[in-house]
Amino acid sequence: MASTARRDAPEPPDFGILKRLARDQLIYLLEQLPGRKDLFIEPDLMSPLDRIANVSVLKQHEVDKLYRVENRPAPSSSDQLCFLVRPRVRTMRYIADVVNADKMSGRSRKYKIIFSPQKFYACEMVLEEEGVFGDVTCDEWSFYLLPLDEDIISMELPEFFRDYFLEGDHRWINSVARALQLLNSLYGPFSRAYGIGRCAKMSYELWRDLEEESESDGQGRKPEIGNIFLMDRDMDYVTALCSQVVYEGLVDDTFRIKCGSVDFGPEVTSSDKSIKVLLNAQDKIFSQIRNEHFSSVFGFLSQKSRNLQAQYDRRQGMDIKQMKNFVSQELKGLKQEHRLLSLHIGACESIMKKKTKQDFQEMIKVEHALLEGFDIRESASFIEEHIDRQVSPIESLRLMCLLSITENGLIPKDYRSLKTQYLQSYGPEHLLTFHNLKHIGLLTEQTAGETLTAVESRVSKLVTDRAAGKITDAFNSLAKKSNFRAISKKLSLIPRVDGEYNLKMPRDMAYVFSGAYTPLSCKIIEQVLERRGWQGLEEVVRLLNGSEFAMADGGLEEGAGGDAQRVVLAVFLGGCTFSEIAALRFLGKERGCRFIFLTTAITSSARMMEAMAEAKA
Amino acid sequence: MSRARADEEEYWHSSKFRAFTFDDEDDELSQLKESKRAVNSLRDIVDDDDDDLEKVSWSGEPVGSISWSIKETASSSSSSSLEGRDTSLQKGSSSYAALPKQVSSYSLSNLFKGRNRLPSLPSLSDAFSDTGAKNYAPELRRPKAEYKDYSNDWSPRDTVRRMQRGKVCSLERFRSLQDKLVLLDEAVAGHDGNVITAVLIFLKRTLRREVLFRELEVRQVALCHLIHFLKETGEQKLLLDLLRFLDRTEEVALSQYREHLNIQDVEKKREFLKGCIGLPFSAEDISHIQDHYTLLERQIIIEANDRHLEMAGQSEIFRKYPRKASILNMPLVTTLFYSCFYHYTEAEGTFSSPTNLKKTFKIPDKQYVLTALAARAKLRAWEDVDALLTTKNWLGYTKKKAPIGFHRVVEILQRNNAPVQVLQEYVRLVDDVETRLNLATKYKCHDVVIDTYRDLKDRIQLMAYKCKVERGSAEEEKINSLLSNMQIRWKN
Repeated sequence: MASTARRDAPEPPDFGILKRLARDQLIYLLEQLPGRKDLFIEPDLMSPLDRIANVSVLKQHEVDKLYRVENRPAPSSSDQLCFLVRPRVRTMRYIADVVNADKMSGRSRKYKIIFSPQKFYACEMVLEEEGVFGDVTCDEWSFYLLPLDEDIISMELPEFFRDYFLEGDHRWINSVARALQLLNSLYGPFSRAYGIGRCAKMSYELWRDLEEESESDGQGRKPEIGNIFLMDRDMDYVTALCSQVVYEGLVDDTFRIKCGSVDFGPEVTSSDKSIKVLLNAQDKIFSQIRNEHFSSVFGFLSQKSRNLQAQYDRRQGMDIKQMKNFVSQELKGLKQEHRLLSLHIGACESIMKKKTKQDFQEMIKVEHALLEGFDIRESASFIEEHIDRQVSPIESLRLMCLLSITENGLIPKDYRSLKTQYLQSYGPEHLLTFHNLKHIGLLTEQTAGETLTAVESRVSKLVTDRAAGKITDAFNSLAKKSNFRAISKKLSLIPRVDGEYNLKMPRDMAYVFSGAYTPLSCKIIEQVLERRGWQGLEEVVRLLNGSEFAMADGGLEEGAGGDAQRVVLAVFLGGCTFSEIAALRFLGKERGCRFIFLTTAITSSARMMEAMAEAKA
Repeated sequence: MSRARADEEEYWHSSKFRAFTFDDEDDELSQLKESKRAVNSLRDIVDDDDDDLEKVSWSGEPVGSISWSIKETASSSSSSSLEGRDTSLQKGSSSYAALPKQVSSYSLSNLFKGRNRLPSLPSLSDAFSDTGAKNYAPELRRPKAEYKDYSNDWSPRDTVRRMQRGKVCSLERFRSLQDKLVLLDEAVAGHDGNVITAVLIFLKRTLRREVLFRELEVRQVALCHLIHFLKETGEQKLLLDLLRFLDRTEEVALSQYREHLNIQDVEKKREFLKGCIGLPFSAEDISHIQDHYTLLERQIIIEANDRHLEMAGQSEIFRKYPRKASILNMPLVTTLFYSCFYHYTEAEGTFSSPTNLKKTFKIPDKQYVLTALAARAKLRAWEDVDALLTTKNWLGYTKKKAPIGFHRVVEILQRNNAPVQVLQEYVRLVDDVETRLNLATKYKCHDVVIDTYRDLKDRIQLMAYKCKVERGSAEEEKINSLLSNMQIRWKN
């Protein structure tokens, strides 16, 4: 990447084909069960499904009624039942119950389970145990990749985070590898691969395995994506824990963007109904403000409103003919723009209202203090008060985690007292949540004289290597140290402030956090791409304790790949946030390259904290 | 191959009760994959690009969107009449109704019928290979024989690889411990958790648990998979045995404690929690568990009493402010709030009194004041607020003290619509001058603003403030008299 001559970033490849592939396969699977049938859909799959097919497509393939898979007996009267599900044990039990109930009442029907994105052996085991193995047929719908936007592809697997990082289960690595294989076959071959993190490494290796045996005939094809960068979420928890202040991030934190669309409630629409809005590059207003710092959004919106007003006002002096033209040619566009504008203005107002109520300003101040490592006592007591006032269980937890991870753990006294108060404020059962957080390394207690020596890190690195896994997890706990302060210094994540940071004309990626902090994950990507490898970053890698790798494949040298060499597929294992996406989009614009995001799911601090909470079964 | 082995093999292949083969109908898999390819090439014919013309219903959901339709189906399924159902379907898919009913003319399965059984696969794939520049599923080009192969002589490594690709593999031939472990290690090295779990299910079935546990102790990755598997399938007893074997006593305790989440009945839950007290928690957590038990025990007593009181209708507070929800299973702070709200004046001896709660659970002063303040302010019991914040020193002087800072006090009172007279008393006590001025201006505590400017000797600000008070009011008079007071040495 040359930073001297500023080139325009290449256009992103067309990912529409991914949708069509998924839809066509689903249709094929539905036709494998000819005749009329009722379709039971896993709630988690409904939104993704909505993005690639609609009811009329299902109806065309003889789907009669649609039901949600839930813990209730199925009211269906159809002779054929089709279940579209994630591979989960409890869903298998639900289906087995349906089948067994039919058996008891002497009813015979056809059952088909379509697993997405893949079937697990454990699921088949459950079906076998429940005595329904031969009664149901199983299929796989390889729906690995959902393009959410022109540059975002999601695997829609939020459970990846908990399954891998908390439970240590490698079940989704195969799915990631297959997703990479598909992308490589459509948009590759990728000529360079970089990565950091144990999961990144394993996914990469499994993907290479798959490629080797598939005798890929990608030779001679013109690639559209030249580079790929894989990163584990646990390389950088800090960024994901910070309050988001770019517009798209704020909208996500406030209203929850689900599968690329958001439900704006009455408080936004200023009417009595909610409106579902698709948020992507097609939204002319949104696409211009999504990556902006919140403070510059207002100005933009009011400027837009004035322009719109002026365009409407032109009607005044028009004669009939002009008016006719205006109505037939411009009015529709203006109305559309007007609708979007008023929605986003409503959203901004609503965000402002909520944030003022929550002492947002003060909270941001505390976060910045934590990131920079000063006023730790004040921050701790702010968090304490936050807990005592029962402001929000998720926010309290998030702040505690941020304190822990920036400080390499809480001092024992703080840990005890904050934990006690948390349990008193939000319920004693959160004891389990604290245990999970400790296990995953998000909220820990400092123990005396603990620093990661070079030897230890080398030993723990062994654990990550292939065929190992035989060393006790004493080393794993070492790997959980964040070393944030040292890394931050090494990579200068806290920008030196000389005067006011101009958020309207950002100079670096730190703008996504008001100029106070450059997201670590994005900084690593920037550095590695710039150096075309990890040379010079050895110390950072040691502190991160990740298994880094860099591979260059094929004989593709400089220039050979053309534009593709300036397209980077950034793969986030365990989720990425909208702030990170905004930061890398900014970097791409600066450096004339294009980032494509592949994430196991869009995440946010709240989603991460919720994944750690122990759910009532 | 030995005779016995061959027999065994025959058994596994002929029997309907295949004990442990991860059979996925190999035929179908390859069939599926080759069809996928064919489907792709048909895309241009089939594609009707209907997502560009999305219709949006009044609720904002695109008509025909799946979540929209499920809502419709759900609402209609309650009405049992067939007619009702039909109309809802019509309504649900106006776009669907308009579509020509010639679906089957390009039905994809028709296209494939009979073909996929043909052995002449190469010609079929040849036929499709030129259709697109891109190769979507390269693995389809492999000879079909590979999918058909049922040989049981796969090496552990190949077995794992095949399983990773979702192919059939019998594990039954891995009988010696040595073989089993090699297989497990290969699975771990292959990075696919699905396969690791599959091997573990097999090991769990064919090894005595002590042997399995012993071997997993030195295989951390595999161990994680087994633990997760046991959690998911709900094999709690085996899980606890495993954790005990590993000496992870704290996890044993937590895992048992976790079960309380599934107990609905409060009496049963209380009994269960009582049993949890003896579990091997860390020293720190023991007290949390003890508190959890005590809290629920209290809540049960309070709930029974209060429900009775409320029903009897004798108690004024319950009549005036009927309870919105039961106090059972609420956090301690919520319980304290409740008790400050309904039982504030009770003597320390009763279980429901705030002071009793404070003492039993060692609630910090700050937390107590914060909660009591919120509760009393909600009832607009300003004298209680005053008393709560008043302390007497040893000389008998009274003094206002707030462990949470007076700006928070003001915030809480303001949220409960405290009158200005009450509010300004506390605004006055805010230490930081700037915060005090801000709050006083915001909540129109004119006296405090005026006094503060006087103390700051800020004549200009005071003059400016004059236009914010009502004309002819006492405040205006006060400002005027201050401004004309020659004693004050204004700084400006």
